Amino acid sequence: MSIADSLLWTAMPYVTIVLLVGGIVWRYRYDKFGWTTRSSQLYESRLLRIASPLFHYGILFVLAGHLVGLFVPDSWTSALGVSETAYHYLSLTTGTLAGLATVAGIALLIYRRRTNGPVFLATTRNDKLMYVVLLAAILTGMTAKLTHAGGHGYDYRGTIAPWLRSVFTLTPDYARMHGVPTAYRIHIVIGFLLIALVPYTRLIHMFSAPVQYLFRPYIVYRSRERGQLGTRSERPGWERVP
Amino acid sequence: MRVMAQIAMVMNLDKCIGCHTCSVTCKQAWTNRGGVEYVWFNNVETRPGQGYPRRYEDQETWKGGWELNKRGRLRLKAGGRLSKLAHIFSNPQLPAIGDYYEPWTYEYANLLDAPLGDDVPVARPRSLLSGKPMKIEWSANWDDDLGGVNEHGALDPMVAKVREQAAEKVRFEFEQTFMFYLPRICEHCLNPSCVASCPSGAMYKRQEDGIVLVDQDQCRGWRMCVTGCPYKKVYFNHRTGKAEKCTLCYPRLEVGLPTVCSETCVGRLRYLGVMLYDADKVLEAASAPEDTDLYEAQLGVFLDPEDPVVRREAERAGIAQDWIAAARRSPVHALISRHRVALPLHPEYRTMPMVWYIPPLSPVVEALTETGFDGEDTGNLFGAIDTLRIPLEYLAELFTAGDTAPVRASLEKLAAMRGAMRPGLLAGGTSGPAPVDEDIARSVGMSGEEMYALYRLLALAKYEERYVIPTAAVGDARRLEESVLPDECSLDYAGGPGMIGSGPYGEGSGAAPPVSVENFHVLRDRQSADAPADPGRSRVNLLNWDGRGHPAGLFPRRTDGTGTTDRTDGMKGTGAAPRPPRNAHDADDEEQR
Ligand code: HEM
Ligand code: SF4
Ligand code: SF4
Repeated sequence: MSIADSLLWTAMPYVTIVLLVGGIVWRYRYDKFGWTTRSSQLYESRLLRIASPLFHYGILFVLAGHLVGLFVPDSWTSALGVSETAYHYLSLTTGTLAGLATVAGIALLIYRRRTNGPVFLATTRNDKLMYVVLLAAILTGMTAKLTHAGGHGYDYRGTIAPWLRSVFTLTPDYARMHGVPTAYRIHIVIGFLLIALVPYTRLIHMFSAPVQYLFRPYIVYRSRERGQLGTRSERPGWERVP
Repeated sequence: MRVMAQIAMVMNLDKCIGCHTCSVTCKQAWTNRGGVEYVWFNNVETRPGQGYPRRYEDQETWKGGWELNKRGRLRLKAGGRLSKLAHIFSNPQLPAIGDYYEPWTYEYANLLDAPLGDDVPVARPRSLLSGKPMKIEWSANWDDDLGGVNEHGALDPMVAKVREQAAEKVRFEFEQTFMFYLPRICEHCLNPSCVASCPSGAMYKRQEDGIVLVDQDQCRGWRMCVTGCPYKKVYFNHRTGKAEKCTLCYPRLEVGLPTVCSETCVGRLRYLGVMLYDADKVLEAASAPEDTDLYEAQLGVFLDPEDPVVRREAERAGIAQDWIAAARRSPVHALISRHRVALPLHPEYRTMPMVWYIPPLSPVVEALTETGFDGEDTGNLFGAIDTLRIPLEYLAELFTAGDTAPVRASLEKLAAMRGAMRPGLLAGGTSGPAPVDEDIARSVGMSGEEMYALYRLLALAKYEERYVIPTAAVGDARRLEESVLPDECSLDYAGGPGMIGSGPYGEGSGAAPPVSVENFHVLRDRQSADAPADPGRSRVNLLNWDGRGHPAGLFPRRTDGTGTTDRTDGMKGTGAAPRPPRNAHDADDEEQR
């Protein structure tokens, strides 16, 4: 293990967390107006109607799979009576299905972005960067998983998962990453890059998933605040300067 | 009883000339930005016609508004909370830009930059969305004035409904067709389905005045409100990714000014005022079992401000005195509840809309006169209402979910008003209010006094009577709006409110009045003054000077003592051309306001 390794597997996670949390706080405090999905459905609906649910349901499932795989120790699943083989088989099939849906969805989304005139014109540089990293994260993840699928598959629950948990318990143990296949290492680095980018791209919308809608009354009333009558002072960010 | 107040609007469709001034001024004020090029908070549709966006009234397709479920309870037509969240990644009922229209501009630069040549340069249209040259095939009012009606007419969802019952009633042959204009803004509903559809809770109804707004900071662009509104009056800004809608010009209302569309309406057909209603009854009324009950049900939600119990409850609910007073003088309340001539637009959507319409009657007079009858005779008019060029059934589909009785009652009152007022007005000569034919008034269940009040409201329609708008903050009145206005400002010296020129220590003393306050007074003076330019000023606002006359203060006073200090004839003795005579019709114009 070199210094580079220790930097990568110790510093990188913390830098990412700072960027993520700091970014969300900054967005919330200074750029609520820019916090939106920037839906492009007004321009094009036919492809989006297939692509967007395919991608979102896929990636949300993948996300849930990551959380379970990385944060639930195998001792817990064994205690529940799930054998290592069964776990591997389950995660391989469902994970691959969800992964395929995600890839198909994102492929269609990118195709739509590139070929539909108005959608392409509304694509910012930020969006392009986001798509490159997002696509890379998904593809490297799929590659890592599928190239190590033989036998019991690669047991990341003995290496990567404990390392990640050690990061969260503030006792980073980079030695755990010893011997992790390169494909996985690349996927992890790109994954962290993606997480760090989330608050600074349109992906921020995932943090405002409107679950509170299920619990609030339908009609919302608000009172006019005192001192808020008439014209308001201008805020930055209304009009995009071309 | 839980009393709430709402600013509501009534439009008198007889007077709409379809000039689109309201739409244009509204657009200039609110939606002349990128991302909302295609958005018209106010639009004027020709009926019959598809409307904007196309066929928005076809709720089987767009699923706007509410419906009753099997147990008779209200639910969103596009699906409840769970279904909304399940479909959030792509909204199955979102209108595409083509249902509105693709916004465009022209290559104006071509006209200036083209090299010298034999061909006349042209400015081709270019899409504002894709930047590519495009063929213009639709817009917000493409079928204006029945354009293309013989091809598209049947696409009007209301035409389809009327034809189900009486095919012969709607014809598009030139000699047999009919049309009228329907200006539309957001209805600021009592039971807004847009608000209910918003997953973020960014849309809300303001407690004080009922205005429905989108919190731009909280909107996350889930675009469910667009589907939720059956009138399609929430729009998606495709640049900012946020929903936007008609604000009922709340910054103007808060200082007592009418909305831009009302202020600039050429036909002077819009009325603004306060409605008091019982918030506890809204849900029950919106759940009325039959669509045709909804009109009466909504009337039942409104409260009569003349009733002392209502006033006491209103006070208890924290409604300010001047709002209660405004509710008593409200032209909107008079037209909706007292005279019952105004009707809601599409009550069957169950959102309890608050912009109501007086149905159009005019063409019948013309038609009767042409057939040799006295078109103004009340008896003839009553008989003709059933054979109106604009079929009752069509109006009923718009305003009362298909029930013709309320529409006929409203039209009969309008016809009776003509009959009851005409003899007295023609006889002329009397000073004071024109006499009313009481018999005719009684035939539609009104007293002579009520008839006169209705006539005054509809025919004379003075500015102050059309718009009765209490300001937002009574106790706060002096600090209204602009926070730069100091608590104790220069406006309240003797003879104030002193925006008229100069402060207590002469010209220019005191703090500058905030621009909105100044505009407010200038506008009000212009709208209600007898002279074109108010001569009482010592400072001239050139933007408001119409070029006639020489307002005092236009030129500096002469110091040698021969100059005058008076007002309009200030140029006496200076050798300038005499002032042109005042237009003799000015006074008459004023009376017609
Ligand atoms: C947590 C719940 C989430 C919700 C409710 C949600 C919802 C949405 C919505 C409504 C859109 C706009 C679609 C349109 O109309 O154009 C969107 C776009 C998008 N979302 Fe999500 N999203 C969620 C999570 C995620 C996650 C976890 C990711 C990826 C890591 C993601 C990536 C994207 C991308 C890339 C787009 C842009 C699609 C395009 O090319 O137009 N979303 N999302
Ligand atoms: S008309 Fe206005 S208040 Fe009513 S549902 Fe539509 S946007 Fe909401
Ligand atoms: S300005 Fe008035 S008259 Fe002209 S279209 Fe609008 S509502 Fe009708």
